[in-house]
Amino acid sequence: MTDATEMTQEEREATLGGIGCARKRKEDIRFIQGKGNYVDDVKLPGQVFGDFVRSPYAHARIKSIDTEAAKAVPGVLAVLTAADLKPLNLHWMPTLAGDTQAVLADEKVHFQNQEVAFVIGEDRYAVSDGIQAVEVDYEDLPVLVDPKQALAEDAPVLREDVEGKDNVGQGLRTHPNHIFTWDVGDKDATEKAFSSAAVTVKEEIFYQRVHPCPLEPCGCVASMDPIKGELTLYGTFQAPHVVRTVVSLIAGLPEHKIRVIAPDIGGGFGNKVGAYPGYVCATVGTIVLGRPVKWVEGRIDNLSTTAFARDYHMTGELAADSHGRITAIRVHVLADHGAFNAHAQPTKWPAGLFSIVTGSYDIPAAHIEVDGVYTNKAPGGVAYRCSFRVTEASYLIERMVDVLAQKVGLDKAEIRLKNFVTPEQFPYTSCLDWEYDSGDYHTALNKVLEAVDYRGLRREQEEKRRNGELMGIGIATFTEIVGAGPSRNCDILGIGMFDSCEIRIHPTGSAIARLGTKSQGQGHETTYAQILATELGIPSDDITVEEGDTDTAPYGLGTYGSRSTPVAGAAAAQAARKIKAKARKIAAHMLEVGEKDLEWEVDRFKVKGLPEKAATMKEIAFAAYQNLPEGLEPGLEAVNYYDPPNFTYPFGAYLCVVDVDRLTGEVKVRRFYALDDCGTRINPMVIEGQVHGGLTEAFAIAMGQELTFDETGNIQGASFMDYFLPTAVETPVWETDFTVTPSPHHPIGAKGVGESPNVGGVSAFSNAVVDAFAHLGVSHMPMPHTPWRVWKQCAALGIGE
Amino acid sequence: MIPGAFEYHRPTSVDEAIALMSQHGDEGRVIAGGHSLIPMMKLRLAEPGHLIDLRDLDSLRGIQPAGRCIEIGAMTTQQEVAVSELLAEACPILREAALLIADPQVRYCGTLGGNVANGDPGNDMPAVMQCLDASFVLRGPQGEREVRARDFYEAAYFTARAEDELVTAVSIPIPPAGHGYAYEKLKRKVGDYATAAAAVVLTMSGGSCESASIALTNVGQTPLFAEAAGQALVGTKVDEAAVARAVEAAKDIAEPVADMRGPEEYRTHVTGVMVRRAVERALTRARA
Repeated sequence: MTDATEMTQEEREATLGGIGCARKRKEDIRFIQGKGNYVDDVKLPGQVFGDFVRSPYAHARIKSIDTEAAKAVPGVLAVLTAADLKPLNLHWMPTLAGDTQAVLADEKVHFQNQEVAFVIGEDRYAVSDGIQAVEVDYEDLPVLVDPKQALAEDAPVLREDVEGKDNVGQGLRTHPNHIFTWDVGDKDATEKAFSSAAVTVKEEIFYQRVHPCPLEPCGCVASMDPIKGELTLYGTFQAPHVVRTVVSLIAGLPEHKIRVIAPDIGGGFGNKVGAYPGYVCATVGTIVLGRPVKWVEGRIDNLSTTAFARDYHMTGELAADSHGRITAIRVHVLADHGAFNAHAQPTKWPAGLFSIVTGSYDIPAAHIEVDGVYTNKAPGGVAYRCSFRVTEASYLIERMVDVLAQKVGLDKAEIRLKNFVTPEQFPYTSCLDWEYDSGDYHTALNKVLEAVDYRGLRREQEEKRRNGELMGIGIATFTEIVGAGPSRNCDILGIGMFDSCEIRIHPTGSAIARLGTKSQGQGHETTYAQILATELGIPSDDITVEEGDTDTAPYGLGTYGSRSTPVAGAAAAQAARKIKAKARKIAAHMLEVGEKDLEWEVDRFKVKGLPEKAATMKEIAFAAYQNLPEGLEPGLEAVNYYDPPNFTYPFGAYLCVVDVDRLTGEVKVRRFYALDDCGTRINPMVIEGQVHGGLTEAFAIAMGQELTFDETGNIQGASFMDYFLPTAVETPVWETDFTVTPSPHHPIGAKGVGESPNVGGVSAFSNAVVDAFAHLGVSHMPMPHTPWRVWKQCAALGIGE
Repeated sequence: MIPGAFEYHRPTSVDEAIALMSQHGDEGRVIAGGHSLIPMMKLRLAEPGHLIDLRDLDSLRGIQPAGRCIEIGAMTTQQEVAVSELLAEACPILREAALLIADPQVRYCGTLGGNVANGDPGNDMPAVMQCLDASFVLRGPQGEREVRARDFYEAAYFTARAEDELVTAVSIPIPPAGHGYAYEKLKRKVGDYATAAAAVVLTMSGGSCESASIALTNVGQTPLFAEAAGQALVGTKVDEAAVARAVEAAKDIAEPVADMRGPEEYRTHVTGVMVRRAVERALTRARA
């Protein structure tokens, strides 16, 4: 029934635009024309605006709030305070980590810029005037910005609301400002390895407080239909379905009466996973006023109040034999979680996946202890472009391996090659019980060393050192753990971290696929369509991919932790395979042969041995609505909820070359070579874009980003005047490369990639900077490597003048 | 990030602008390019009741030779300064400095007059003007007067300009032909204010330094004219010893505050580095 004179098999394959094809992103057509539809573009009839009165103090008692003058401001419609939310029991809200967080400060403020009152008005001008007119009387209290001081015996109690509770959701507490202790690994075996080790190294490694800082800040539009009793919530949500469930639980609205829509999102990087007071206040506002309420935070709000990342005070130790073979790792972390424990991790993991800290190395023993602590800083602790706490773990091990190399006098590439898990060890179970699915670390690193002429670089470095010049070579050979996750390991509020795909094939052979994830710029509309094109034999241009509307998309846990391809991408492949199984039945009926007589070729089922007898997917699609075998229901649809059997473990080898100006402390990245292995490559162009973006953010973190606080808790650097967002001028040139080691358990062998470059990049930059000083006896330098910090190192060594 | 309410005025003559300024006193603020004022208004750190927009004052635009000086209208944009052939020829340090201000979008809006009149120690042009010994033309209800850039700045955001005076132009003595110049600016990224910056203009004659002028950006409450630093070079071959004296003299007057760019010690140190580099570069140009 098919015209055999049409295109060749290769041409048909090319037409599909499937897996492996470096096609341009579908969504960019609207983005580059400024036609995206972001939350702030949502304009509903009768819409009003809301924004916060924020605390100038980091720790203070609220003696009184006078809202009368604000209410009298023309255009102001309502002013909400904790007292107004209290009868609804909405003045506090649960966090994803088992703690509670104040929606509007209840009697006390715990960090600067904390939300104190919510002013709603006809327009943003009226709201801002109203905010200025709210009078709050504060009595300031002693401030704690240092987690070490927060644990001092006589430290002021920050969270009086949980005073006396021995557990706030993630384990036993040992101090009023202590949140949890998380302990993994074999303490005895680790101690034994350390006590018998030929060499041990120890380093205090602080990973500074940074912020994901997406270009679009957080916001929402809440709209209650008082007649139907239905709430529609548009928002910058990386996980819209989870938001619906959380809103239902918090607000007590039945879940079927809530529709959450995440429109186009301008970057998330973990910042848009959690629930924020603005969402709750806008929702209360629309219920009270019967009009849609929009809240969109400003840049300073975003940097100073919505979720930060890292703030990990780590003490790393390695034990090794005299040849530099690592025998054990021990890590203690003092984790500064800010005022509320609101970090976004799978619920059972108080330090996320930090126990991936053995990295790419075959280390026999490990012991990790993490203590979470309250301070007077904004809450958070999200995974900024990484899988949960993996960047922290990877930074620690990659730094420590360098520290060890310097101690035992081994080359920094050699020590890695010596300690890598070997290809034949896969699937490899680490001593902290992660089963690495696949990898080939030696090949990856060797390829990079050859590409950059590593020996040549080291020779050049030696010459430069003889002339008093500072040149550094940084290597990072990281392993990520992405695709959360298997429901046996991972849940959020008890919901397993599966993801989903629902596909409908239209009669004319085009299709729509809806998924439980949500792109924030990753290019899902392009890459999912490519997976489906290859699986279904339908050109990817004929497949619409939709996400973000909880009324239409199947339930999913959203996009973060590089989970979209490992989880929802797998669901897409599995759903497609269900469709293909039904299509085979229809094709057999159409071609009047048995199912076993058919074989698949690109976009059609062919009768074995009779290549001219075939039914294309397009023809099968039409038949699905009119020409079906007896007993088969019409239509061609499928849904798959995919609970991954394991995480995927992408890896890479990065090499960075820097030159340091010892007089100004400026670090110039001369070269950056990044090899990534993310298994099967769906769209090489999208991967390259992701790698460029991730490396640029890694560069920003390593070289400049930080949020610091003065002793009274004033946040420093929370605007673009200081917070380092590199432009094209500062950003180095990236050279990218790859190897392909497919995941054995993923339906198409793919792993995640969006976050690898951030995980590996940070340590590569940092290692390069420290390496520039290694010959002078320096083993560690604190991030970010801003000119003044680097110069201080020079000055301390007497080479700064 | 929403400003408070204000009345908007757009005068069509300098006299009208000055009348509005007199009328509204400290309730009024003049807006030129707006790149300092608008962010302050959005943060409500500035809440003028009356905004007097100078954009229609075409008489304040343009770069003209005026005897031994060049006169630049206050509303001339940094972009116009950067691309001016006259300036590139006669006073190229202005082009070099303008191109280190912010980014192209800002330079197309930001004006020279706004940059020098605002009194923000982070602005680049004030130190350059001190280095060149420029004067600012001020016009008020009592008429016109000129104030040297070296005498203009009193403290951060405080200048010799009276509340009802408008900076209408900048008058720059044309430096001698063959002079060397450089503006060295250390900054964290495009668009940043200087961690430290130094402007240098010098002339050489028969292998020795005939004149030298040095000024510093963003290492004090005001731009700093480093007179002693310049004097340290005059009459020398601008050799290592002289440069070291100039560097020390500049560091002596630097009083930077600690901020995210670095602690005082660092910012003072890099002030010296910028001076050294600017002198060295100016010297190469002077000989050339």
